[in-house]
Amino acid sequence: MAQYMFLLFDSEEWYDQITPEEWQQQMKLHGDFMAAVEAAGASIVSSAALLPSSTASTVKQGDGEPLVTDGPFIETKEALGGYYLIEATDLDQALALAKLVPSGNIEVRPVMDTSENAEPPA
Amino acid sequence: MGVSARLVAERVEAAHRECWSVVLAATVRVTRDLDLAEDCAQEAFVRALRAWPEELPDNPAGWLTTVSKRLALDKLRRETTLRRKLPLLVEEPGEVEQPTDPLRLVFTCCHPALARDSQVALTLRLICGLTTREVAAGLLISEATAAARITRAKKKIAAAGIPYRIPADDELASRLDVVLTVVQLVYTAGHIAAGPELTRADLTGRALELAQLLVRLMPDEPEPQALLGLLLMTQARGDARVSEDGELVLLADQDRSRWDVRLLAEGVSRATAALLKADPPGRFALQAAVAGLHVTAPCWEETNWAQVVRMYDAMLLGWPSPIVALNRAAAQSLVPGADLAAVLGELDALSKEPALKAYAYLPATRADVLARLHRPAEAAAAYDAAIALTANGAEQRFLRRRRASLPTANPGA
Repeated sequence: MAQYMFLLFDSEEWYDQITPEEWQQQMKLHGDFMAAVEAAGASIVSSAALLPSSTASTVKQGDGEPLVTDGPFIETKEALGGYYLIEATDLDQALALAKLVPSGNIEVRPVMDTSENAEPPA
Repeated sequence: MGVSARLVAERVEAAHRECWSVVLAATVRVTRDLDLAEDCAQEAFVRALRAWPEELPDNPAGWLTTVSKRLALDKLRRETTLRRKLPLLVEEPGEVEQPTDPLRLVFTCCHPALARDSQVALTLRLICGLTTREVAAGLLISEATAAARITRAKKKIAAAGIPYRIPADDELASRLDVVLTVVQLVYTAGHIAAGPELTRADLTGRALELAQLLVRLMPDEPEPQALLGLLLMTQARGDARVSEDGELVLLADQDRSRWDVRLLAEGVSRATAALLKADPPGRFALQAAVAGLHVTAPCWEETNWAQVVRMYDAMLLGWPSPIVALNRAAAQSLVPGADLAAVLGELDALSKEPALKAYAYLPATRADVLARLHRPAEAAAAYDAAIALTANGAEQRFLRRRRASLPTANPGA
């Protein structure tokens, strides 16, 4: 088994326009996804949904005093809106599950092994 | 009893060409690490050069596989750290090779999570057994670029957990399509060589071998058959594509008696078998059908252009792309009594497609249609645009000749 981070990138328009019914519907879709992960024999290690990037602050670490700025680190049309950390057998299973995530774009990244006897990545 | 050095060298070279992927795939099962497996397979071929002068083995693939796997096991025992590396995931555990192992390797090399460039380089390296230098020469890239592509792809396979597996039925069609596209790209890279020569026989030969390997490993799938048929029909026209003085000859002007009859017959029969089996026909079956309509026509004019257009229509339905639309328009312009002004309109609309911006065939087709509409000045300008877009010397000379044959165009202008 290996761990994969699913980074969910999507348009942020829905934050402004969403109705309570649509929000409920969206939560149900994510519930369905989580059930599908378990049904496939994979598991969700953790997950979170994020408030819109307009609520983000960025801390820049430079030579001097850390600088706090308003907004996300990278301004993109489709912003990071949440994540799932999934344990799956291999990339094929991870990609098959990523296809079921109710989000516009899902970046799938393998997680680095940082356990005690791990070596730096090759 | 000694065997002559020349015979040994020949046998080892032949074995390298025929069995490299079998030896490597079996070794990967033991090492679960592509780099180590490659080292062991290479070493096995070196050992063959030393051992075979004593006695040639009855089964070279078996000999090489046994030696390579033994080398792998020895190295694994000595270097325990290797076991800590991220394993390449083998679906059915066990160190006994399966006949389908080379196919697993093909699907690993052509995994959709790898960049297309990397898929091509990795396939040439791992399935065809080309050295990095040969890969670089074949793809006209620097050796450093080829090495970087191969290394990056191997790292991703290990780090991202790309499995060593034949895809499940529900994704087989789309995964196989990637594999076939890579093989076709290898062939095209050899067939339309950018540079002074028109073809690089080595790459076209490798692509044909890959297609044959896929047909052998997936005998029930129509699409590999269709691709092999398509490549054989293209290959059959090889000699006639170039005139005695090294000039490109278009399909329209080729001397059809110079086509290789044996390759054509095999190509047509493969394509026909694929078309009969596939329902509906896949992307490669349709391409093979177009090639078949060309090679079975007595001459260019008598090609069944209406049927060619129908094949492109089917392709547009399932796999819409600006290039297919362009091919359809070009075929439509040749249907007897075609409305050339309408075709020109379609070509002009296609000129706005970003995917066709650098594609010489579009202005070349426009030039041809404009010439037939008796608009030589515009045709000359379109030929100039096409010449500027092609890097192939023979294709450039061909387009210049066409431009020079326009009735009132001034070639010096």
